[in-house]
Amino acid sequence: MAILIDHGTRVIVQGITGTQGSYHAKAMLDFGTRVVGGTSPGKGGQQVHGIPVFNTAKEAVEATGADTSCVLVPRQFAAGAVSDALEAGVRLVVVITEHIPVQDVIRFVHRAGKLGSRVVGPNCPGLASPGRCKVGILPDTIFKPGPVGVVSRSGTLTYEIVNSISEYGLGQTTCVGIGGDPVIGTNFIDALGLFERDPETKQIVLVGEIGGSAEEEAAAYVKEHVTKPVFAYIAGRSAPPGKTMGHAGAIISGSKGDAKSKVEALERAGIKVATWPADIPRLILGEM
Amino acid sequence: MNLMEYKAKEMFREFGIPTPEGYVVDAPDTIAKVDRPVVIKAQVLTGGRGKAGGIQFASDTKEAKAKAKQVLGMDIRGHIVHHVLVEPKLDIGQELYLGFVIDRSVRAVRVLASARGGMDIESVPKSELFSEPVDVEKGLTEEQTARMAKALRLDARLAPTFRDVAARLWKLFTTKDATLVEINPLVVTKQGALVAADAKLTIDNDALYRHPEVGKPEDEYTPLEQKAKDQGIAFVQLEGNIGVIANGAGLTMATLDAIRAAGGAGGVFLDLGGTDDPEKVKVAVRLMKEAGPKVVLINIFGGITKCDTVAKGLQEVASQEGMGVPVVARIKGRNEELARGILKDAGLIAATSLQEAATKAVELSRGGA
Repeated sequence: MAILIDHGTRVIVQGITGTQGSYHAKAMLDFGTRVVGGTSPGKGGQQVHGIPVFNTAKEAVEATGADTSCVLVPRQFAAGAVSDALEAGVRLVVVITEHIPVQDVIRFVHRAGKLGSRVVGPNCPGLASPGRCKVGILPDTIFKPGPVGVVSRSGTLTYEIVNSISEYGLGQTTCVGIGGDPVIGTNFIDALGLFERDPETKQIVLVGEIGGSAEEEAAAYVKEHVTKPVFAYIAGRSAPPGKTMGHAGAIISGSKGDAKSKVEALERAGIKVATWPADIPRLILGEM
Repeated sequence: MNLMEYKAKEMFREFGIPTPEGYVVDAPDTIAKVDRPVVIKAQVLTGGRGKAGGIQFASDTKEAKAKAKQVLGMDIRGHIVHHVLVEPKLDIGQELYLGFVIDRSVRAVRVLASARGGMDIESVPKSELFSEPVDVEKGLTEEQTARMAKALRLDARLAPTFRDVAARLWKLFTTKDATLVEINPLVVTKQGALVAADAKLTIDNDALYRHPEVGKPEDEYTPLEQKAKDQGIAFVQLEGNIGVIANGAGLTMATLDAIRAAGGAGGVFLDLGGTDDPEKVKVAVRLMKEAGPKVVLINIFGGITKCDTVAKGLQEVASQEGMGVPVVARIKGRNEELARGILKDAGLIAATSLQEAATKAVELSRGGA
């Protein structure tokens, strides 16, 4: 077991004929993902790395039985692509695309909820279950199968932490990058719930950052509903208020969303918070 | 992108939301004849204008010019006042609050209203605040605005006008891709009219591409931040003297945090993003040099980005233009060995761990003049 994606997951790549789409479709194949199709309007009938291309998500799903999509289309077309996938019956839509207008995101996340499907992202690196399946753009080399579930708002910082977990001889069940935007389809609580119910996951790592109150809400959830040990890292301890720190969601508004309140909330919930990213595996192993 | 009050009010008028009839000046002499009391308001993108003396009242032309002169050029929390808005002073009967915000937790827009306007909405007691998510499919409904008017205990004369303003503000919020709009206070004049005395409006940066009419941001970024933005690089100027270049927003923040944990202070946040282009690395390094930090700390985790690509970009700038300041580079991940060789040849300091790199950078930032 792992969460959300596994050996059986059948993936289409939306935007497969683009530079990013084509590159990452290949990387997903190399990881072992069953990439069964791709979409690109007007390019149906072509092939990319031997993967059949369809004009629409509907055609792709009908022909391949795909249940998952990876959205790698330019931001002007991204919301449309997500809707197409949802209406075509895709169960899990992983939105890598960055800079999608937030009101569009609200609409497709809401639609997914109505249809009983799930969106991960947008503005996220996707997810990976080492040895089984990857949907997204996470680098292949950092993973190792193992007992740790990782959920993160960040991209490269996640790679850094995942890599250090692997280097310490531990490994991951699934790593979920939930994205750095203010509104996202899958949040910490969703992922924590899934990891709690996954028998293979023994420890959970949460990587948060400044902005909003998702970490505080996650802390409250952990206290009530999570029995497995949770470890955390929070980025932005030195960030000033009022400045957007790269991610659209990473901004301290007034006194809200600063790292101090997040760290305190997590610690109150019994979660060990690392000062340095590389301390995470040592915390897991009880070395500090 | 935050809009100046006068710009936001122009947009309010476009949507039929009543505002005072004002005008903007950049010099005291351009103030027209004043024959009734006016308010002169500093146009800056920061709160606390009133406390800082950026809002003044005048009752004749001479006084208005003197007050405008006093406010123009003022420094309010680091924002210089280049424009003032001149408006007729309102005959205030009551002050309400009305706003829409994106609520991350419920993943929807939230409407907020209160009969206790004129103060920071966060200090309004919960019992005095109407706060509800707006239905994603239906939008703001008649039924909802009716309940809002009731919650605010508005009388039968005022309620329809208030509901109309709420509907129009919602229309503006969705049409213009706002992430926040606030009327605080929404004034009920002694004559019984509703007027938006202030206007706070933020447009979604990610939606600006479909709103060319909104124009360019004013006074929001430093010139260097704007330059970086134009080149698609996330760049924030901070107080300290160590510049950070990293790939990914989270990693860049974590690197700044590491500097602080090592006893130093970060001066620049520069997120390179994912790149396979040494040219972009060069552009980033040049921006960093312009910001004038004392030390540059580079932290790259190579995944999709190849470490040697970044190292090559660094090496080219270092050999062709010189770095001017010490550079500590911590590079890990894809092709890191190759990258370390390139950096060493270019005379840059290569570190293995983030802790080691941050400590070294802080040490260097303290040395010399």
